[in-house]
Amino acid sequence: MIKLLAKVPWRKTGRVSSWYAQNSVGMKMQASLSELTKRFCQVLPEDAVLVKEEQLVPYECDGLTAYRQVPRLALLPATCEQVQAAVSVCRDLELPIVARGAGTSLSGGALPHPEGVLLNFARLNRVLEIDPQNRTATVEPGVRNLAISEATRPYGLYYAPDPSSQIACTIGGNIAENSGGIHCLKYGLTVHNILALKVLTVDGEIIELGGKHLESPGFDLLALMNGSEGMLGVVLQATVKLLPQPHERKVLLAAFSHVRDAGSAVAAIISHGIIPAGLEMMDHFTIQATEQYCSPGYPKDAAAILICELDGYEEELADQTEHARQLLEQHQATDVRLASDEQEAEVLWEGRKAAFPALGNLSPDYYCMDGTIPRKHLAEVLEEIYALSGKFGLRVANVFHAGDGNLHPLILYDANEEGQLEKAEEFGSEILQLCVRMGGTITGEHGVGVEKLDQMCVQFNSKELQTFFAIKSAFDEHGLLNPGKAIPTLHRCAEFGAMHVHKGKLPHADLPRF
Amino acid sequence: MTDSREIIAARIRDAAKHKTALQLLGGNTKAFYGRSIQATPLCLAVHSGVVEYEPSELYITARCGTPLNTIEQIIGKENQMLPFEPPHFGPAATLGGAVAAGLAGPRRASSGAVRDSMLGVEIINGKGEYLCFGGKVMKNVAGYDVSRLMSGALGTLGALMSVTLRLQPRPQCEHTAVVPETHADAIHKMNAWARTPMPITATFHDGKHLYVRLSGSSSAVEKCLSAIGGDYIEQSEHFWTRVREQTHEAFASDAPLWRIQVPPSTGPLGISGPCAMEWNGALRWYATHTEASTIREITCQADGQACRFRGPVIEHVFNPLPPALLKIHQRLKHAFDPEGILNPGKMYPQF
Repeated sequence: MIKLLAKVPWRKTGRVSSWYAQNSVGMKMQASLSELTKRFCQVLPEDAVLVKEEQLVPYECDGLTAYRQVPRLALLPATCEQVQAAVSVCRDLELPIVARGAGTSLSGGALPHPEGVLLNFARLNRVLEIDPQNRTATVEPGVRNLAISEATRPYGLYYAPDPSSQIACTIGGNIAENSGGIHCLKYGLTVHNILALKVLTVDGEIIELGGKHLESPGFDLLALMNGSEGMLGVVLQATVKLLPQPHERKVLLAAFSHVRDAGSAVAAIISHGIIPAGLEMMDHFTIQATEQYCSPGYPKDAAAILICELDGYEEELADQTEHARQLLEQHQATDVRLASDEQEAEVLWEGRKAAFPALGNLSPDYYCMDGTIPRKHLAEVLEEIYALSGKFGLRVANVFHAGDGNLHPLILYDANEEGQLEKAEEFGSEILQLCVRMGGTITGEHGVGVEKLDQMCVQFNSKELQTFFAIKSAFDEHGLLNPGKAIPTLHRCAEFGAMHVHKGKLPHADLPRF
Repeated sequence: MTDSREIIAARIRDAAKHKTALQLLGGNTKAFYGRSIQATPLCLAVHSGVVEYEPSELYITARCGTPLNTIEQIIGKENQMLPFEPPHFGPAATLGGAVAAGLAGPRRASSGAVRDSMLGVEIINGKGEYLCFGGKVMKNVAGYDVSRLMSGALGTLGALMSVTLRLQPRPQCEHTAVVPETHADAIHKMNAWARTPMPITATFHDGKHLYVRLSGSSSAVEKCLSAIGGDYIEQSEHFWTRVREQTHEAFASDAPLWRIQVPPSTGPLGISGPCAMEWNGALRWYATHTEASTIREITCQADGQACRFRGPVIEHVFNPLPPALLKIHQRLKHAFDPEGILNPGKMYPQF
């Protein structure tokens, strides 16, 4: 069996789980830190090799702060050649490699490995080419998502995927997580907007996937790289698709007295052939929190609000906006407002964008979940989440991408109170299992990382997980790239399964029990 | 229905045991595509039927033997369509065949490839194991994206049992503008329009005329028609079906047909023979007797790809893979089909 199946000793804040106690990545004889430093300094400038505790602490976690671990050392390569050289040393010494963009991942995808190297792409941040004729931009992996649209704006073009962290997050990280965002309902996820990748394999070879043309022969490895959480290769360069900026946008705000009505309004809009650029829902608790925080003027009594953004060609837009308004009213919206100008539209969105910090204001900690369900079950799932909130005694807020059924329940807790983190995690786990039962998935856009390894066991059986291992092995035989993330070991699933027996059936019954 | 799946799985297990190569068949309408292989036929068309379809959810799950015609009729009644507008190449075409071939039609440049609509798959791998990947929801990043990997794999990684595809609402109105243009000017114009927000959903140049399909509300379509100028075809569905099915006269030549993909704004390639263009110039069809090596050299210089789409048997239908990529392909093939029994050699001679 491949080595990547080993347990990984991440430290969880507040406790050290016995799960993480042992590391058996099976490396060669451990080289000393000074030997490692020497090796890396031979191929990288000295200031690109970070080994001191105070230099490493900034990398100890990503957006999932409940897990922390400093790497053995961190590298800051500034060119593709330096990345290649660094990876080659890692291969020689069998050092695990964790690539990191801006570290905004919410699932621990960029959590360092204690025995490994953290490869920080901050210095590979150049926009290499903008090709307005073919509507593409070629960039290094450390370029920020928003920087692409900023660079291409003079040409009337932009890069569509806009994850909420787009000011900070990098395109390399977006590819690793197949990031979505508010507008992916209409414009797709990262995978739909990447045309070509230059990838360094762990064997040290550079492979080119895709191109400025639309399709390439062979297996669709370009699609496979998206969302692979840095486990199949190291992205050195990406060519992204650019879209013409839409003529204008219209933003509608609709208030509802019942979550169920808001859910049916979402289904109605989609089934009437309208694909909004964004369709977001906020529940009562979130509305209250947001009003308190930045007063965007949302109807405070509403059980839920929908923000519906439409964009496109002028004439089309006017027709669609009217149609959407009618549908919202037909579904018992108590109030429908249309932003009269761009400034008003900004204000409506401001509340949505401030929802997370607003909720953060109400609680010392929150845990952001990310499950997707078929739209038709929205109301049902929300009601069940409220019931779970009562069961666990933890408050929960819902603000999410309703158009594509992507939920982001925020569980509020206090890490300083004994047992609350565990309770929040258990609550979250139940929500994700609920999503799977409803025909959905445990992660819409945040990735599995270290966070949802257990829930992967609920969604996939052992044969499917073995297929994932085999895919990993096809690219990275020795399991050096981001080991231990995204795909749980069968052993782990067996342990998790033993705790969660569904309908009297033991998952992974074909596995030996320990 | 589970029975037909079980029968197929048993056949594959048996073939794996005896190392018998299988040729997976849907409606046998696209057998010309890819390399020609000799193997025991395994018919998958028996595994058919729609499993789940709810228009408001914008997806359909169907068994792969379901005729493409049936799928399009069912979703058409609800004013929905397959975003990638797949060619059928015959009434027997199945959903599984369309996905395995991975060929998209005229709407490709605006609505994406087959893989862009893939949400989930159920397959039987080369060991006869039944596996499910992806799901029914558009956003799903749990595990590697095996669903998309299946599209265009020509059945070399698994026998598709069912797929879930994202659907798209049919536009309220579609008309097609027709303007006389030379090959070179057509490339220029298509790419200039693609930089505007005009709702263009297909382009086709037959050598003499440029056809531009506009989709959306009637007010928007009419405004764009007048912006583009020239003549127009109302309710142009029939015209685009002929382009998609290659029954349009631009495809009438008997010479081998090459499917060439280049960056869309690439100028004329200088390959002899008639050329039809789609996808804003990114897809160029050449009916030509020019040597394969010459065509590959020209397309390589243009950063493109050349596929010998129809014509007599040749060794390399697709551009050969560089060694590092070939190695990964072979390992992936081995991961799904360790005995190498599923359509071996259909895509490349090495696997």
